[in-house]
Amino acid sequence: MSSTYDTIANIIAETCDIPRDTIKPESHAINDLGIDSLDFLDIAFAIDKAFGIKLPLEQWTQEVNDGKATTDQYFVLKNLSARIDELVAAKGA
Amino acid sequence: MRLEYFQLIDRIVDLNLADRSISSEATVPVNNTIFEGHFPGFPLMPGVLLIEAMAQTSGWLIVAANRFQRMPFLAQVKNAKFRTFVMPGQRLLVSAKLVHEGSGYAVTAANITLAGKPVCDATLTLRVMDFPNAEVSEKMRETAARVGFPNEVAANG
Repeated sequence: MSSTYDTIANIIAETCDIPRDTIKPESHAINDLGIDSLDFLDIAFAIDKAFGIKLPLEQWTQEVNDGKATTDQYFVLKNLSARIDELVAAKGA
Repeated sequence: MRLEYFQLIDRIVDLNLADRSISSEATVPVNNTIFEGHFPGFPLMPGVLLIEAMAQTSGWLIVAANRFQRMPFLAQVKNAKFRTFVMPGQRLLVSAKLVHEGSGYAVTAANITLAGKPVCDATLTLRVMDFPNAEVSEKMRETAARVGFPNEVAANG
């Protein structure tokens, strides 16, 4: 699994005090790991710092609310890793 | 401070958007019913109100960074430390620096000093959202004028 995934899994484990070995690439941050929106702010802050990006949480939330995306696309960790890789690539482009 | 209106700062003394920092002045009132309970015979400024002073100061910085288009709401207080007592009548300097602007939230490092000596500090997270309605936005502009929010920043909102 990519180092991006490992980084965010470690961030989630540390930030939310969740055992690292219970976090899987298929885990849904909200539905499976029980992370609420306030804890996710901490995670977003740590991810923003670690990758030098700005997770577009508001845009993602809007897309989900508008039915244009599912939460799986952004909050299943392997998908979140892919989104982060895209943001990092876009930053370097 | 106008504790009865939950207005914890008196005036902004410095707002530097380039440096992402702000300082405000806040004088603890000499007389207030709060001190009748906290504590009888030993009046102390409650720590939770010092946090609120740091949050309000941070809030003005975030309002400025968002050009009066969005409103901050306190969401998290981390590592709050109260290093000394604050008594009625003391004049505090409340400072904050914007550590991070995320999507829909901001993080500040805030502190309060008294005559140059540290009083308290904390890391604050504030959600940044649209104003709930036009009245709130207008009232915030009125309060901004009262606390000496720089005209040039307010005018760009």
